[in-house]
Amino acid sequence: MKPILVLVSVDSNSVLLGAKQFVNYLREALEKYNLKDSVDVLETGSMGVYTQGVVMAVFPDDVYYSVRSVADVEKIVSEHLLKGRPVLSLEIPRERLKLVVEKEKVTEEVRIVLRNIGVIDPRSIDQYIARDGYFALHKALFEMKPEQVIETIKESGLRGRGGAGFPTGLKWQFTAKAQADQKYVVCNADEGEPGTFKDRLIMEGDPHSVIEAMIICGYAVGATKGYIYIRGEYYGSVENIQKAIKDAYDYGFLGENILGSGFSFDLTVRLGAGAYVCGEETALLESIEGKSGRPRLKPPYPPTNGLFGKPTVINNVETFANVPQIILNGANWFKQFGTQGSPGTKVFSLVGNVVRRGIVEVPMGVTVRELIYKFGGGLVGGKQLYMVQTGGTAGTFIGVDKLDVPLHYESFRDHGVSIGSGVILAMDEDVCPVDVALNTMEFFEHESCGKCTPCREGTRLAVEILRRMSRGQGKREDLDTLRQIAITTQEASLCGLGQSINVPLLSILDNFREEFLAHIGATACPRGVCRFEKPVTKVKTRV
Amino acid sequence: MQDVCTTGERLFKELDEYIKSINATPDKLISVLQKAQEIFGYLSPQVQQYIADALNIPASQVYGVVTFYNFFSTTPKGKVQIKVCLGTACYVKGADRVFERFLEELGVEPEKPTKDGQFSVHAVRCLGACSMAPVVLVGEKDFYGRMKPDMVPRIIAKYREVKS
Ligand SMILES: Cc1cc2nc3c(=O)[nH]c(=O)nc-3n(C[C@H](O)[C@H](O)[C@H](O)COP(=O)(O)O)c2cc1C
Ligand code: SF4
Ligand code: FES
Repeated sequence: MKPILVLVSVDSNSVLLGAKQFVNYLREALEKYNLKDSVDVLETGSMGVYTQGVVMAVFPDDVYYSVRSVADVEKIVSEHLLKGRPVLSLEIPRERLKLVVEKEKVTEEVRIVLRNIGVIDPRSIDQYIARDGYFALHKALFEMKPEQVIETIKESGLRGRGGAGFPTGLKWQFTAKAQADQKYVVCNADEGEPGTFKDRLIMEGDPHSVIEAMIICGYAVGATKGYIYIRGEYYGSVENIQKAIKDAYDYGFLGENILGSGFSFDLTVRLGAGAYVCGEETALLESIEGKSGRPRLKPPYPPTNGLFGKPTVINNVETFANVPQIILNGANWFKQFGTQGSPGTKVFSLVGNVVRRGIVEVPMGVTVRELIYKFGGGLVGGKQLYMVQTGGTAGTFIGVDKLDVPLHYESFRDHGVSIGSGVILAMDEDVCPVDVALNTMEFFEHESCGKCTPCREGTRLAVEILRRMSRGQGKREDLDTLRQIAITTQEASLCGLGQSINVPLLSILDNFREEFLAHIGATACPRGVCRFEKPVTKVKTRV
Repeated sequence: MQDVCTTGERLFKELDEYIKSINATPDKLISVLQKAQEIFGYLSPQVQQYIADALNIPASQVYGVVTFYNFFSTTPKGKVQIKVCLGTACYVKGADRVFERFLEELGVEPEKPTKDGQFSVHAVRCLGACSMAPVVLVGEKDFYGRMKPDMVPRIIAKYREVKS
């Protein structure tokens, strides 16, 4: 080990700010100043805060910098690393680091899923192992029977983080009980919910945690083959997962007779080809089989009839990432976090007009207000919060009256605020609900796979009406028609896509009814957003 | 003509090698199509037929899969593809104006290549970089964050000469 360590936060978001370029420059500068033997450079995953530039930390001095240009890097090398004088002008103030530094975190932040992110080099299996990586696998294989693994997951109360919140242990149990010559474990890494990028950061920052969990799951349910289905556009995730799988094979955690236990498990990556509906579990299975990703009729469900018709566990990336820690520390440890009905933590993506955009992991039960003001630092430019989208495109639109609702898997049923995939999209007064509703329904119209009529036609009609409204040609009865569409589509559609469009549509219509009414018979958009006579460019293909 | 033909043959040979190397069965159809699009740029009826024969499945099934997924294209795209995210987080930050500016500057419709075949502009869904909204992806890996319409001409200029 070299005496000085520089950590640079490199992930898909910081890369946009030049992170790669800064790392290259840093390496060159160390060479130039002859510091190569005394300074280690480590690219780690996300350190949480993006809005201030690329985060670069110098240890053991424990100084955190926000770097915006190569000139900044040069300064840090020539001043701090060479002469030992921290560059005060680039330092990130302590209080703004709450999101970033583990040991200084505020009490509310708990890192289970993100524990390694920004701490280890995701491309190094050794560093993962050094943080108790693959210990849970060892424990499961040698100290626990498959039923005990399932019992522990059930007891922990872990629920699926992909949006629906189904109890994970139960799903595993159903699959374990099914009799078949072959079973599968599938990881849903098709993250397509606009605003969500947590799965991407987990795969980029700590790929082994997902792999370890899938092997444990395979052992528990009696499956010997796994697939990780990753969104095709997630190049960084694909690279890191593929490297991690290769290393896991080399170390004997994957393949034949794992660690001499007699249990064998193989893992393969499949790339998505760009269809939101493929995130739906049965559509995803169709896609792995090489077909169009159209959802299957349920029941039967994947635990009995999944991939190639065989019993299959399918879980989200974040769900899996919880598993090794639960196995290691036990169900009771996990249950101390979160709420009774929804134990554990949730990773939220804070986006939109908040000051600190990025991801944060907090116990279930956190409120939207805390997420926006405490973790997100409030709104940019001190503007007023006007509307929040929670849970993703299939989630809810709420006004400021619902900010204190605690978020967990019952908060939609109880208070009309969805937790979904964990998006918190804060919008200031410069948005217009009609315009946002139109954008949302255009998304569903485009992503509807067309297999069933209510969803295909319902989304098309909703877009037509909203488009008319946003041009200033709305009628009073349109509001009722939109409600009708929402309800019919929800009731009559085949899969979760059509079945959930009522959630965004009704929530925005109900919570912002006044704004919709104000568009009718007006000469201009009351919020100055919709362009009343603008020809609409129809968006055809989305990749 | 001679030239085109041999290039075509070379490309088909490349595809063929890939199909053999992965021991392609019908469930690998999507991987094969992904590779074919990488090789040919788009999936013409001939390429689709070729794949159908190679995997021993009906051409109609191949066509069904090709048209289902957004990633696949049956017509040529620009050498440089400009993808503008219109996901909600980007949209509320003005991504539609960025999208329109690209179309205006290049004088094209969405999806269609420019006359010289250099560019095409596509509206896409969330690219998973929402904290940098609005986001534009040029080619496969060049991300531009916090886009403003005024940044559009500079980006176009940068890729004028790029060969696919
Ligand atoms: C239209 C639609 C899209 C979905 N997209 C995703 C997705 O991108 N990622 C995901 O994990 N689950 C997604 N789901 C949920 C999955 O169907 C399924 O519930 C999930 O993979 C189960 O894993 P979990 O229990 O760990 O959450 C989607 C569901 C629907 C209806
Ligand atoms: S509800 Fe929509 S996405 Fe789902 S199967 Fe029907 S048409 Fe396809
Ligand atoms: S909404 Fe544009 S990157 Fe996520």
